Amino acid sequence: MKPFFILAALAAAVGCGPASAQKSAADGIAEYRKMLEDGNPAELFEAKGEALWKQKRGPKNASLEACDLGKGPGVVKGAFVELPRYFADTNRVQDLESRLVSCMATLQGFSADEIAKVPFGRGEQNNVTALATYVAAASRGQRFNLPQSHVQERHMYEIGKRVFYFRGGPYDFSCASCHGDDGKRIRLQDLPNLTKNPGDGVGFAAWPAYRVSNGQMWGMQLRLNDCYRQQRFPYPGFGSEATVAVSVFMGVNAKGAESIAPSIKR
Amino acid sequence: MKSPFLVVTAAAVWALASCASMPAPADLDREAVAAIKASFRDQGIAKVDRLNQDLGQQACSSPTAPPPEVAKRIEATALASVKWPAGGQYLGDWRQGEKLAQSGRGMTWTDASALPKDNGANCYNCHQIDKKEISFGTIGPSLWNYGRLRGVKDVTDPSAAAIVQYTWAKLWNSKAYAACSNMPRFGHMGLLDEQQLRDVLALLLDPKSPVNQ
Repeated sequence: MKPFFILAALAAAVGCGPASAQKSAADGIAEYRKMLEDGNPAELFEAKGEALWKQKRGPKNASLEACDLGKGPGVVKGAFVELPRYFADTNRVQDLESRLVSCMATLQGFSADEIAKVPFGRGEQNNVTALATYVAAASRGQRFNLPQSHVQERHMYEIGKRVFYFRGGPYDFSCASCHGDDGKRIRLQDLPNLTKNPGDGVGFAAWPAYRVSNGQMWGMQLRLNDCYRQQRFPYPGFGSEATVAVSVFMGVNAKGAESIAPSIKR
Repeated sequence: MKSPFLVVTAAAVWALASCASMPAPADLDREAVAAIKASFRDQGIAKVDRLNQDLGQQACSSPTAPPPEVAKRIEATALASVKWPAGGQYLGDWRQGEKLAQSGRGMTWTDASALPKDNGANCYNCHQIDKKEISFGTIGPSLWNYGRLRGVKDVTDPSAAAIVQYTWAKLWNSKAYAACSNMPRFGHMGLLDEQQLRDVLALLLDPKSPVNQ
């Protein structure tokens, strides 16, 4: 689909009357999402991710079909709504994207450190995003239920909670500045309260998502990265402990929320 | 029936196991700060020294408000930090203030400069201000009719001095009146310069500003 067509559809769906804009911005976007249900460009990334999952690649010329996303080697369906979780082989709690990179390293022979250094939207990071889109899509309609049975998982929740409330930078912002209360907005953008289950398909249950405004597919790591940019923080490392911990905090809080990922955003 | 000894032993074992598995809250606080420090790097103007918290940032990094004596100390320090405008000139141009209020730019790692002249005031992101602007946020209270509701008919009149000074101090260092305010400290953190703050103050208090119609 052409970006121009998408923007035109957005303008039409959101409506241009100033009087209606406040009330109907969210409705307009919902309507617009519905219009695009049959043509969410995320499907292209999902298809690319599925092909990448099965394709023999990397120095070891292997596919990712033996990758364990938490439910056993090769099990994709249902894995997304239980991530981040603890993995015995790496002895770490990992989110979807950092787990995919681990599998790319162990199975295919890529360098995990090198991939982590690649900027979003380039090279292997594009492949990680496509793979994450594919894995998320396989759990569409399922409800979030992150495991908290391993002590490291409970530990990461506690760290993540503290990361979420950590205020710093020139604006004194934390995640909680925007996402700690119900019913708040930045301009007309609704802000989910991420300290609890914010509802089906909202917040943690909506990413990866295709962003119409810039024509990009964003995984949770890039979503968090741009939150931190707007929080006026320094740059969070890809798959860094703070980003995984805050994902555990949001994911556990979202227990019972239905995943609509990969979704479509303004 | 279990003997009391056994029950006590079981409780002690359970308590020990809990201690071994999850660190104490104060240790978790330290671990979280260490994790944050290890997770971020410099990018452009956004350096990792932005993660060094002052007393207020640290005390307000929790879902629980700090104890009243700590909050009072933060507020007193903040009020003492306020730099009052040169020559007692508080009032700028509300038109410039509106432009600043509209702009959400500045201080991110994609901004080239951290100078006040390159920064917006971000007001509409969180506040309703002029009612004609329907795209406003709701994190802060509505500022529509801010000066009018407070009876300001002439900013230079001595009767308006208290509210004018309060507003200046709130813009300079919002923590002067609420230790854990969500609002950035525009003067204190060097986000806006004195003239920009005068302009934003005019948007709020000038009887000619559209905000007060």
